[in-house]
Amino acid sequence: MSQLPAVVIDGILYASWMFIIAVGLTLIYGVMKILNVAHGSLYALGAYTAATFAGYWLGHGYPAFGSYGVLLIAALVVGLIAGPVIERGLLRFMYGREEIVLVLVTYALFLILEDFTKLLFGVDPILVGAPYALLGNLEMGSLIYPVYSLVLVVVSILVGVALALVLSGTRHGKMLRAVIHDREMSMAVGINVSRVYLVTFTAGAMLAALGGAITAPTTSVQPGIGAEVIVLAFAIVVVGGLGSLGGAALGALIVGLVRSAAVHYQPEVELFSVYVVMALVLIVRPKGLFAAPEARKI
Amino acid sequence: MGHRLFVLACGLALALLTMLSDVVQAEEHKPIRIGFVTFLSGPAAGPFGVPAKLAAEAIVQSLNAGKAPPPYANKGFGGTPLELVVIDEAGGATKQVTEYRNLVERSDVDFVVGYISSGDCLAVAPVAEEMKKLTVLFDCGTPRVFEEASYKYVFRTRPHATMDAVAAALYLLEVRPDVKTYAGINQNYAWGQDSWNDFSAAMSVLKPDAKVTTSQMPKFGAGQYGAEISALIGSRSDVIHSSLWGGDLEAFMLQSVPRALFKDSQLVLVAGEPYLHRLAGNMPDGTIVGARGTHGVFAPDSPLNSWLKEIYKAKADGLNPNYPAYSAAAAFLGLKAAYEKARLAKLSASTPMGSNKGVKEEMEKAYQVGPSQEEIIAAFERLSFDTPSGQMNMNLGKGHQAAAGTAYGVTKLVNGQVTVVNIRRYPADRVQPPEGMSSADWIKSGMKPGK
Amino acid sequence: MKRDPTVPILMGVVIFLVAVGAFLPQWALSFLTVVLNLGIVVLGMALMMRTGLVSFGQGLYYCLGAYAAGGLDHFYALSDLLLMAVAGALLAGLVASLLGLLLAKYRDIFFAMLSLAFSMILYGLLVKTSALGSTDGFGLSIKTFASVTIGTHSVRYVIYASAVVLAGASAAAMHAYYRSHLGRLAEAIRDNELRVEYMGASVRRVIHLNYVISAALAGIGGALMAGAIGHVDPETTANWTTSGEFVFIAILSGTGNVLAPFLGAGVFEAVRTFALERFPNTWQMTLGITMLLVIMFLPGGLWSMFRLRRRGA
Repeated sequence: MSQLPAVVIDGILYASWMFIIAVGLTLIYGVMKILNVAHGSLYALGAYTAATFAGYWLGHGYPAFGSYGVLLIAALVVGLIAGPVIERGLLRFMYGREEIVLVLVTYALFLILEDFTKLLFGVDPILVGAPYALLGNLEMGSLIYPVYSLVLVVVSILVGVALALVLSGTRHGKMLRAVIHDREMSMAVGINVSRVYLVTFTAGAMLAALGGAITAPTTSVQPGIGAEVIVLAFAIVVVGGLGSLGGAALGALIVGLVRSAAVHYQPEVELFSVYVVMALVLIVRPKGLFAAPEARKI
Repeated sequence: MGHRLFVLACGLALALLTMLSDVVQAEEHKPIRIGFVTFLSGPAAGPFGVPAKLAAEAIVQSLNAGKAPPPYANKGFGGTPLELVVIDEAGGATKQVTEYRNLVERSDVDFVVGYISSGDCLAVAPVAEEMKKLTVLFDCGTPRVFEEASYKYVFRTRPHATMDAVAAALYLLEVRPDVKTYAGINQNYAWGQDSWNDFSAAMSVLKPDAKVTTSQMPKFGAGQYGAEISALIGSRSDVIHSSLWGGDLEAFMLQSVPRALFKDSQLVLVAGEPYLHRLAGNMPDGTIVGARGTHGVFAPDSPLNSWLKEIYKAKADGLNPNYPAYSAAAAFLGLKAAYEKARLAKLSASTPMGSNKGVKEEMEKAYQVGPSQEEIIAAFERLSFDTPSGQMNMNLGKGHQAAAGTAYGVTKLVNGQVTVVNIRRYPADRVQPPEGMSSADWIKSGMKPGK
Repeated sequence: MKRDPTVPILMGVVIFLVAVGAFLPQWALSFLTVVLNLGIVVLGMALMMRTGLVSFGQGLYYCLGAYAAGGLDHFYALSDLLLMAVAGALLAGLVASLLGLLLAKYRDIFFAMLSLAFSMILYGLLVKTSALGSTDGFGLSIKTFASVTIGTHSVRYVIYASAVVLAGASAAAMHAYYRSHLGRLAEAIRDNELRVEYMGASVRRVIHLNYVISAALAGIGGALMAGAIGHVDPETTANWTTSGEFVFIAILSGTGNVLAPFLGAGVFEAVRTFALERFPNTWQMTLGITMLLVIMFLPGGLWSMFRLRRRGA
């Protein structure tokens, strides 16, 4: 029973991590109706790039606090390069096709990027823990948590709020929401859907890379981390309702808390916990938690 | 439709012809071709797969140049040069079975050495038997290979994972005899599960009043252990057992050390050796660590050990060889020893004293053809041979499974490098079940040293 | 109207393959066996795709089939390949008829994700079960086919020939199904469900039925593959990456004809094996690029190569 505070905190920490990764995926799906399997590869690229940049920065003796900026720059670099290259160079030619074909295209892309990352960064894991350890720990009684993880929670909240504001407040955000609701009508009204797609995909790529960059100091960046997060991200996005920001947040929170409870009370079921949650949510709410009501088209 | 179908039919016919012609073109080739299967991609590549490959390449190179120390000074195997065919162990057991068949039939290898994953070992062994191709399993840990079946064509030149778990328990109780509670964090797949099960079974026999607090089983490759670490901290265990390896181990250390998990808990790392050099600063002093055998820092000083270190460092940018590299060495040297013993036996048999009829022909045949698979197998069974890790004895599994002792030590940071001190060694019969007994039964019945 | 040549071609191919198999080297038999087994599973995927649904959890039934086969040998010493195939189909079909009650209500990505969730739950259950070897799985061997003992030297050939015959039979059965009333409803449902309901047919019933059929096919494929490889484990059967491969091959092949899945499986396996051997460090990239090329230049899948002629008239 005394484990309850730990369960809740661990759940929130895990949820915030998952939210940052999942939010880009739900954005891309919402706008472009593409379930981007390569999202995991962008995450991995972001992690590798951030670890490499940060390692270089710290190795050359620059001020340690600058490494945080370096992480963010790495995410931006990966997103700004990979996003347009993939969208303009590949996806653009596939837009008319069925949804499932696009999933396949992103799956092929995932395979390509896995080896590309391996060629670029090698097979040895990259360990750059300094930014993580730098902020020290917060001790709450017998519980000790690294400040970095708590900062991550703040970051994820900021990302969520910022995105929500952009989507509801800015003109561009409203155009995005229009495209999410009805692509054809948006085109009819004069919105440059093609540009919206480019911007959205790039933003999604940056968010994926950001997820990777932020995670890099907490773990060992090794081959296969991309594949690990893909299914988790999918689960959260589907649970939350595709294209819904709030849904992704709530989905991440539910998954995080359930998983944390499993780890503390019944560790052997941890492996299933995500999928059981996904199945249960889908059974109760077939289109996810915050699915927008859709008119049936005859 | 008809035209296209014709093209398709021609294409299929061509494909079939290619397959058929492969059989027809069987040729005699001079060098001995050895297929080597190891992880070149995925999380196992960095800590295990690639070091094993580098070691294999370095060893083959050195053997071909005749530069290995005695008794391996002959070039290649018995004077015949070696050729390595390396393939990636990735893709899962189903893929590997298919690749094994391709390796044997299309790449026409004489021997197969390989397999780090226990699943692949278990899947490939029956196929090796079916195809009658001498296969040396060099690194996988599962005891099941020779406990569940007998093989003629399959050998394993390293002891299995039961040894690691039992020795860990023995060492732990020697340095911390007052253990009251212990926990575990292991990856949720066969290796992690077996490691924990064997360790806790051994502990329940050696120290029955010690209690298990929690057994964490995170997903393989999870990388994020926040909740698990919280649970471990909350469990306030005296000892934490872990068979984590590679990137997962690094992530776990990175996340747990700052949270002072090991302030009051003793960490036991069963497979900690391969990445020890990378974890300086993230490895608390006094961590019990093993190398799955007397490899690396646990290897006894010998000309063979120095040789391996020298040729490996030259290939690996100055890094010392880790245990997969030593496992690879044992496999190649064992195969070489068996081959040369068989060849010697064949030569002696072809020159019987006092008989002159057909001596010249027999000798020529023996010199040129080399020993057959069956002859090498006969030589390999129950063979004892020297390796950089010490002596390996093929005493178990009806002569097909190696037995050797192991060692454990504790870490100590010296001049920014992680070193291992307080090394204690355990002979084979204290840490491995005797012939004919399963690991589970042996541990449960008290781990009595067998013959 | 031109007579549909599919069935005669099918029979011809089956007879040809069985005959030529006696002369092929072992590795070719293994390769073709794998292709045929995959093809049977993808045949089921194609049925679902014709109904407008893509399952990302077909691995569930593939795994059930494989473990049914393995279980028969491991626990009951029943090493009959035909029995294993039947058991695989039955077990998979049974589970599908239960899960299908739920899944038939879902569409699009939700169907895909829910099916994925179920397959991963099975995966988790198997990993936890050490009696089944956890992630290492366990081995099995084939001794008889339809109670006829197989000589030790003919095992590879018999496994191969069984795959050929069962694949041919499945394809023929599916072909007949597609031409039947129920079969034609599949594509109608894909195009416009509401109209099908309007016309009085039960969409739920048809989807459920098709789901069970596709599961049974996956079960057969899984059982045959288990027999061919001689080993079952959760990673290569129930994991989502395996289901993803089935989807890949299914879309690659196109749904035009019952022969398409076998062609697609053949190309996929050939490219993957070739890439693994020639480019051991970049085989995934090679596979991905090849698949992209096919997707870009053959939008209807590989089978569309044979359709182009018709359009001219």
